[in-house]
Amino acid sequence: MVDQSAVGRRFTPVTAQVEPGRLRYFFETLGESNPVYRDAAAATAACYRGIPIPPTYLFCLEMLDNEKSFEFLTALDIDLGRVLHGEQSFVYHAPVVVGDTLTFSPRVASVTDKKGGAMTLIVVETAVTNQDGVHVADTARTIVVRNG
Amino acid sequence: MTETTTAAVGDRVVHKQFPAISRHRLALYCGASGDHNPIHVDIDFAKASGFPDVFSHGMLVMGYLGQALSDAFPPDRIRAFSTRFSAITQVGAELTCEGTIAELFEAGGERRARLTLTTKDQHGETKLAGEAVVALS
Repeated sequence: MVDQSAVGRRFTPVTAQVEPGRLRYFFETLGESNPVYRDAAAATAACYRGIPIPPTYLFCLEMLDNEKSFEFLTALDIDLGRVLHGEQSFVYHAPVVVGDTLTFSPRVASVTDKKGGAMTLIVVETAVTNQDGVHVADTARTIVVRNG
Repeated sequence: MTETTTAAVGDRVVHKQFPAISRHRLALYCGASGDHNPIHVDIDFAKASGFPDVFSHGMLVMGYLGQALSDAFPPDRIRAFSTRFSAITQVGAELTCEGTIAELFEAGGERRARLTLTTKDQHGETKLAGEAVVALS
């Protein structure tokens, strides 16, 4: 069971490229047709410096380019079949567009037992910076581990 | 796109319906998102983990809500977006995303709106409850 010793633990930073082909596949999967995402000319006309990314795509980039998939689960000895995604948040500080290179730096922010230890909530916060060192976003995920 | 000059508390500014989530969609989303947890595509794994069937990635459901949100507000106007995953989303779920203005305020030199967001299935069960902060001008 994950305990308080995990709090503050940092995991290997992930460097991710915002690639147009993979982003297009994401759009196909979700049936996204908004021209600002699908058409570079439309994005430029709307004053973007490139094709912007959709609101949840930062979460995907961190997983897509992680050399150690589910690193934090294995590092904390958590069974993949016992986790659920409880909450997710994004705070956006600056735009991200196709062609950017992002660095994700995750750390465990809190560990909380619930229901007499039947569940443990783990919050992982990730700071995201771009190739110019601009802090573009902060994300936080709450993972629910079923201990029973 | 939302007419931002006349926005008022209580306005429904986000509304979009999506087709039923198929098993194929879950398989595609594994590749699209990099989330390869087999619980979303492998029924044997899901059953061994105590579930009757595979179920949707929470982030696929949040991805639909994000699409509904950025249909209404361009992505560069979205300042924050968060959700709580209230219930598992089953195969076959037909999702409807809604958002209303809960608060208007000023921050960072901008007029902003706080939106209350929900995603429900065809039975009216809430799958996601969330909020977003968007810049109006």
